[in-house]
Amino acid sequence: MGQSNPAAAPQKSLSHVLQRRETTVAYLFLLPALLFFAAFVIVPMIMGVVTSLFNYTMKSPVSAESFVGLGNYIELFKDKVFLRSMWNTVVIVVVSVPAVTFFSLWVGSAIYQKTGWIRSFFRGVFYLPVVTGSVTVVVVWKWMFDFQRGIFNWALKSSGLIEKNINWLGDQKVAIWCILLILFTTSVGQPIVLYVAALGNVDQSQVEAAQVDGATKLQTFWQIKWPAIKPTTLYVLVITTINSFQCFALIQLLTSGGPSNSTSTVMYYLYRNAFSLYRYGYANAMGVILAIIIAIFSALQFKTMNTGVEY
Amino acid sequence: MGKKKITPYAVISMILLVLVALVFIFPFYRIMTGAFNDPTNVWKAELFPSKLTMQNFVRLFKQPAWKWLYNSVFIALVSMILVCGTASLAGYALAKKRFFGQKIVFTLFICAMALPKQVVLVPLVRIMSTFGIYDNVWAVILPTVGWPFGVFLMKQFSETIPTEMLEAARIDGAGELRTFWSVVFPVVKPGVGALAIFTFINTWNDYFLQLVMLTSTENLTIALGIARLQSADVIEYGPLIAGAALAAIPIVTIFICFQKYFTQGITMGAVKG
Repeated sequence: MGQSNPAAAPQKSLSHVLQRRETTVAYLFLLPALLFFAAFVIVPMIMGVVTSLFNYTMKSPVSAESFVGLGNYIELFKDKVFLRSMWNTVVIVVVSVPAVTFFSLWVGSAIYQKTGWIRSFFRGVFYLPVVTGSVTVVVVWKWMFDFQRGIFNWALKSSGLIEKNINWLGDQKVAIWCILLILFTTSVGQPIVLYVAALGNVDQSQVEAAQVDGATKLQTFWQIKWPAIKPTTLYVLVITTINSFQCFALIQLLTSGGPSNSTSTVMYYLYRNAFSLYRYGYANAMGVILAIIIAIFSALQFKTMNTGVEY
Repeated sequence: MGKKKITPYAVISMILLVLVALVFIFPFYRIMTGAFNDPTNVWKAELFPSKLTMQNFVRLFKQPAWKWLYNSVFIALVSMILVCGTASLAGYALAKKRFFGQKIVFTLFICAMALPKQVVLVPLVRIMSTFGIYDNVWAVILPTVGWPFGVFLMKQFSETIPTEMLEAARIDGAGELRTFWSVVFPVVKPGVGALAIFTFINTWNDYFLQLVMLTSTENLTIALGIARLQSADVIEYGPLIAGAALAAIPIVTIFICFQKYFTQGITMGAVKG
């Protein structure tokens, strides 16, 4: 590893003593970060994988007797609530990832050339739901979605669009769409910031040259802007996928997974198993599966985005 | 150059944009006006509160809401300081030092970043109990500092330190710490600013971590406290809405003041092509 050493090249060969000193110094600089990283990320990660092989609950600790091998994983695939939660999670990902990506690309393109304050204003507005935090967001939406007295039912009814109040969060078919809507408003902030930055970095002379050559707006977009913002799109896809897979706070605060598990997600079911059913091993098995799925999705997105023009 | 021609497409797109923006602002507006409205008007669909009172807040503060606010500030502030400290040291080493094991360390950081944070939460609770700090603000702070995003961000910023400056400091006989403090730090300062504000806001809003770590009423953060009011059997909407507003006001103010740094943090944190 120390062989390919660009910094050392001009000084011919850096002596061994110096190199060892450099390594020691580097690790001293890294030490605080590494300590925290090891203790609170690496160790729990290993613990999670290992304990997922045990029937580890509040009453039965990790021991030879509670070892079940892949038992938890096998049980998961027979668990109706888990399968339902997985299905809901996939629906959330499949709907929200394209919606968020298209929308933020549209907003980004619409505002990136505007004057400073207009750009900051819109960027700020779309980031607002992220900043206010999921609890505040949920409180206000739940208040507006209220079955009996909420402002949405009031508005729809007094404008004559509906006759009977809609049970937004209590109806199996409607609840998941309410959650998708709220999730959408809390997901577009970061992608918009990224797209505004990426579009601002597109080589303007190329855009102008294309326009002089008579390219339409659409042609300019696909030929020049799209290739330039492709890494950003990839990043947006990955983070939105990861975030959607982890959708939790909205579910827990808004519907608690109900009615009859129609809005339960993997993350929420994991939480329920760990913190109200005290089935730690089972919950950790769920965590491992979720991590694997997210890793596969991210890898797939990298692959599909990388086919095509490379430069 | 010159002024661009206003196309119909641009007009329609602008109108649409303003409409969507209104949808995004409306919940925030509604909660701010609702908080100061009279408790009896909570369910009225008024665009402007007919009566401004502090009644909702008075009732909210029957709960230990100041303590919750204090806990939120403490957690966000201490995490921010620790993250900035550890990350700027580590980022500098990763960017500017050539050492044995560098690739492995960096790859480990990156891979951990791609994994969902939540899957380690159950074992983390265990670890915190072992340390005796479960249901304590430190149980939220320590894992936040362990998360490698800051290291990655500071590595990106540290790449911009001119190597000649480091060489010059070495020739002048400056020690490692001195070099860091008087050469490296001034260069990466904007990065530290971005990371600081980014960490503060994200920690403030890290609901899941707070939820699993904190349980007793006086140890809650403002977000958790409000969530608990919301899941009560009989929800008192007046104080609840005041609380939701109270949880949002400090963090939104900070966001508006430091938006520039914050957006910088987001863009620099994105993997560059």
